[in-house]
Amino acid sequence: MRRRLHRSATLVAAATAGALLLGACGAGGRDDDGGDGDGGGGDGGGASAPGVTEDSIKIGAHFPLTGVAAPGYSEIPTGAKAYFDYVNAQGGIYGRQIEYVVRDDGYNPTNTSSVTNELVLEEEIFAMVGGLGTPTHSAVVDFLNDEGVPDFFVSSGSLQWGDDPSAYPYTFGWQTDYEIEGKIIGQYVAENMPDAKVGLFLQDDDFGDDAEKGVRQFLDDQVVAAERYTSGNTDVGPQIAKLQASGADMVLSFNTPSYTALSQLVALKLGYEPQWFYTNVGSDADLVGSLLSRFSEGAVEGGSSSLDGVLTTEYIPGVDQPDDPWVQLWQKVWDEHGEKGELTNYRVYGMSHAYAFVQALQAAGEDLTRDGIVEAMEEIGADLEGPQLAPFRYSGDSHLGISGMRIVEIKDGAGEDLTPVLVTDIGDAEITEDDSGQDGDAPPESGVPEAP
Amino acid sequence: MAALRTRAAGWWSGSILGRHLLVALLGLVVVVAVSESVSDFRNLQLASMAYLGIAAGGLTVLTGLNGQISLGHGALMAIGAYTTALLLDDREASTPLPLVVLAAVVVTLVVGIAVGAAAARLHGPYLAGATLALAVAVPGIALYFKEQLGGEQGLRVVVPDIPTWALDLAYFVTGQDLTRSRYVAYLAWFTLIVTFVLLANLSRSRVGRRWRAVRDDEVAAELAGVRLGRSRVSAFVVSAAAAGAAGAMMAVTVRLAAPSGFTLTLSLTLLSAVVLGGLGSLAGALIGAALLTFLPQVVTDLGVDAGLSDIRAAELAPLVYGVVMVLVVLLAPAGIVGTVRGAVLRRRGRSAPPAATTTGAAADPTTSTSTSTSTDAGPDPGASPGTSTDPDSTATTTSKGSTT
Amino acid sequence: MQQLLNTALGGLTLGMVYAAFALALVLIWRSTRVVNFAQAPMAMVTTFIALVIVDAGHSYWLAFAAALASGLVLGAVVERVVIRPVEGGPEINAVILTLGLFIVLHALAAVVFGNRYRSFPAPFGVRGIEVGGTTIALTGFGIFTILAVLATMGLLLLLFQRTDIGLRMRASAFNPEVARLLGVRVGRMLTLGWALASLVGSLAGLLIAGGSLVHPGYMDSVVVYGFVAAVLGGLDSPFGAVVGGLLLGLALSFVSGYVGSQLVALAALVILMLVLVLRPGGLFAQTAARRV
Repeated sequence: MRRRLHRSATLVAAATAGALLLGACGAGGRDDDGGDGDGGGGDGGGASAPGVTEDSIKIGAHFPLTGVAAPGYSEIPTGAKAYFDYVNAQGGIYGRQIEYVVRDDGYNPTNTSSVTNELVLEEEIFAMVGGLGTPTHSAVVDFLNDEGVPDFFVSSGSLQWGDDPSAYPYTFGWQTDYEIEGKIIGQYVAENMPDAKVGLFLQDDDFGDDAEKGVRQFLDDQVVAAERYTSGNTDVGPQIAKLQASGADMVLSFNTPSYTALSQLVALKLGYEPQWFYTNVGSDADLVGSLLSRFSEGAVEGGSSSLDGVLTTEYIPGVDQPDDPWVQLWQKVWDEHGEKGELTNYRVYGMSHAYAFVQALQAAGEDLTRDGIVEAMEEIGADLEGPQLAPFRYSGDSHLGISGMRIVEIKDGAGEDLTPVLVTDIGDAEITEDDSGQDGDAPPESGVPEAP
Repeated sequence: MAALRTRAAGWWSGSILGRHLLVALLGLVVVVAVSESVSDFRNLQLASMAYLGIAAGGLTVLTGLNGQISLGHGALMAIGAYTTALLLDDREASTPLPLVVLAAVVVTLVVGIAVGAAAARLHGPYLAGATLALAVAVPGIALYFKEQLGGEQGLRVVVPDIPTWALDLAYFVTGQDLTRSRYVAYLAWFTLIVTFVLLANLSRSRVGRRWRAVRDDEVAAELAGVRLGRSRVSAFVVSAAAAGAAGAMMAVTVRLAAPSGFTLTLSLTLLSAVVLGGLGSLAGALIGAALLTFLPQVVTDLGVDAGLSDIRAAELAPLVYGVVMVLVVLLAPAGIVGTVRGAVLRRRGRSAPPAATTTGAAADPTTSTSTSTSTDAGPDPGASPGTSTDPDSTATTTSKGSTT
Repeated sequence: MQQLLNTALGGLTLGMVYAAFALALVLIWRSTRVVNFAQAPMAMVTTFIALVIVDAGHSYWLAFAAALASGLVLGAVVERVVIRPVEGGPEINAVILTLGLFIVLHALAAVVFGNRYRSFPAPFGVRGIEVGGTTIALTGFGIFTILAVLATMGLLLLLFQRTDIGLRMRASAFNPEVARLLGVRVGRMLTLGWALASLVGSLAGLLIAGGSLVHPGYMDSVVVYGFVAAVLGGLDSPFGAVVGGLLLGLALSFVSGYVGSQLVALAALVILMLVLVLRPGGLFAQTAARRV
């Protein structure tokens, strides 16, 4: 009895389904030659590209505005926004105002994926500009490229943003990548401190891996220990203790700013006093100082002097060089369009990549398309002037960003040059002194780049 | 004609599976209609709602019907998601999607046996604490085995190209091209419907009656011949399998399996979904999932209007869940579905003689998929575990009790 | 050798904090048979209150006292408003309530104080102490942590063993009906138990925060470790909680230092399951069988 009832249920179901299908029959057969494919491609032509109208361009970015990576990094979009506002106040680009939408991903790749869906599908941004973080952005790089969304100037030095443009044609790196940073640091240490026993303190993702690859090209024999921390776990005691136990008297650290503060703190606790060499990413003296100064009344010297004697690198001029013409421009932009608070190196970073994006918009011309801006960048990117100390490497074969940096020692919160600007490329490319003269250039009078 | 009507009515009350299938079919129609009329972004949100709904459905069976609490369902979802990610690692991956989902379910199910066997020995706070530890511990495994599981960056999931037959079928039915987001939404909702039909049937079966008997009174159940341990483990395993399917759908929707997706928050969120909806009710689980998916935007906008910064306003949504969760337990332990049904039944009881065959459809026409599913599951949605007096289970217990 | 010593010392300080947290869980369990999973965010909120006071320019000790006082009040309020209505009901309801409270307090802190990392001061040095030329991983603040937890345990023992109010609290927890017949105001005693527990939890929060970074989730893993520590000690015994906390702190520190910091939570899970399966009554249980 039961079985028959079941069969009749199935029959009813099948009949209903059939009726539904028939009802929908009017739709006819599917158009097999692809149709207009409104989802992908993005090669609309003219000003019909998503996010672009006669008088506006909508762009988006994901940044950690909350969570472990927020100190410092959350200031980057405020800098970029100030610069876009500055450009808008001067009339925008080809009469278009830049609308900049920032979403918080908390440095959590799963969130990055969902906010990127929102930016691309709901906000319909023209391009992603400056999305931050290695683990975070790698969660969305496939999606952005599948959808044909220009993914400019990822705020991360991982190689994957530019070493293979055929895999990710829409993605461009911006800052000096971690591998060549590792190479330049590695060569410097090998030449100047050949007896140092080197320990590595690495973020446990491509950030640390790329850097380690670069460092080991020159220092493989000198490395006595390599310890990794997981972003989000604030207990780095075991890692620092192991570095200490290994006898390392020089620690090369590739980490985010919060972890610079944490590693310094643990080192104090353990009485461990190696020569510290922090990556550019983690070495903002003001920020680390402000995190450290609070820990203990008087026990840690507060302020920007807390990183004195630490070595680091530099690829754009920062607030410690108030006489630099670029920094003067940033100060002016910040005074006119910034939020509350001081100009910081993170805001300078945001403005610097915003400047490069405005250059890209200029180069793409009045008929803005997604493919057009990518082509323009490949064509002229390597010749762009800007705040960066060394030229970009953009071409049809590489979307990697700034090609070099110099090594500095932090004294009283400011960097003191130890080397000239050194340039190189990934792999076994040689490290040479930069002769492009980018180091000495100055912004145009208006502060807005002109069309090439 | 009259004979036909009698037959139909008889069938309606007699065949649980048939009823569930019909409801499922209706659900499918609704899903297609909704999915076709909203944007790509909404479709991805619908997909998120579906995977949360699947996991919440599994959890509500465990907590509502069997009285076991689990804060570890986020970890179980992680297992399903990582299995999926390992099988879908590039575009050339040749494993068909249904097999991938099946694999995710089977792997999670196997893990569920182990966890369930341990959990069966624990109750209340001990079980909560142990599963809490599970939720916190599992993401660490992915970090530790970085080579295989991708560490913090996790594993990217490459959703295979949409098969041509699906493209053709979708165009035939709807007259629109099938976008990837819509495809993902269909996948997730199809999985949800299949899962819910299975869960609904299971909870109405002999197995389900044993689960409830164990929840209501262990001693009586044991006297009635129910093996407590086995019943608990089976509930946990079924629930884990649902979590595995949810994890697979999450991986496909988010295109990533990373430890950061499976934090303690996810597990707590699932629990709040089932409490909000009403413990033990599949419809409630679905409503809870809908709230989790769509409420944040509404609440965040309200917060911004009230003068909060975006970032702080974004934290209002969990605040609302939390407060509602506390209030539900304090004031309306039956949850949303249970309370609404209670009110409807009371009013109906006053105005008309009970019309047993039609209560199902009337309860909440907006969520047709599962409203009747839940009504099928008997009066349990109206009861918080431990306080329930479920005629089903009492019947089982007494009848069996009399034979011993 | 130095690493071994430092790992052990790190485990000792951490273990003391877990002990304090476990103590808080045990106090509540003894009085109301509820495991308070919201203990972690409760402690987090009071720590943020302390941070606000320090930020306003007041001394650390004022902030410290204010955090403990607010912990006391918060505990009492939670018991009266949230827990009282479900006391004696199904245990799963209480569990769900404390988890709901967990979510509420978490979100509330993120809305009010912001979901970001901030440094929290320590009243004593955060530099390791030098012993015979080498620095060991024991700071002034670490010593303070150990002493503070030991003193708290001592005071609680005194309270329960030597005072009238302690006796009444024990009576209410042990047998509310009889206690009520003897004229003990049981409800008030339960509230007091929660308040005291919340105070001890706040202390644990302050001790973890000192000289480190805080954010709304910084106590989340501590609730797991505190629970494991409490179960190790039997969930019923304050002394057991302290010993359990110490053992767990040491064990996890060694896992972190010699196996991998990613597996710390997994190690805690394994320890928990071993205890629950082999000695469900905790390490010091006299009776082997007990319903967990």
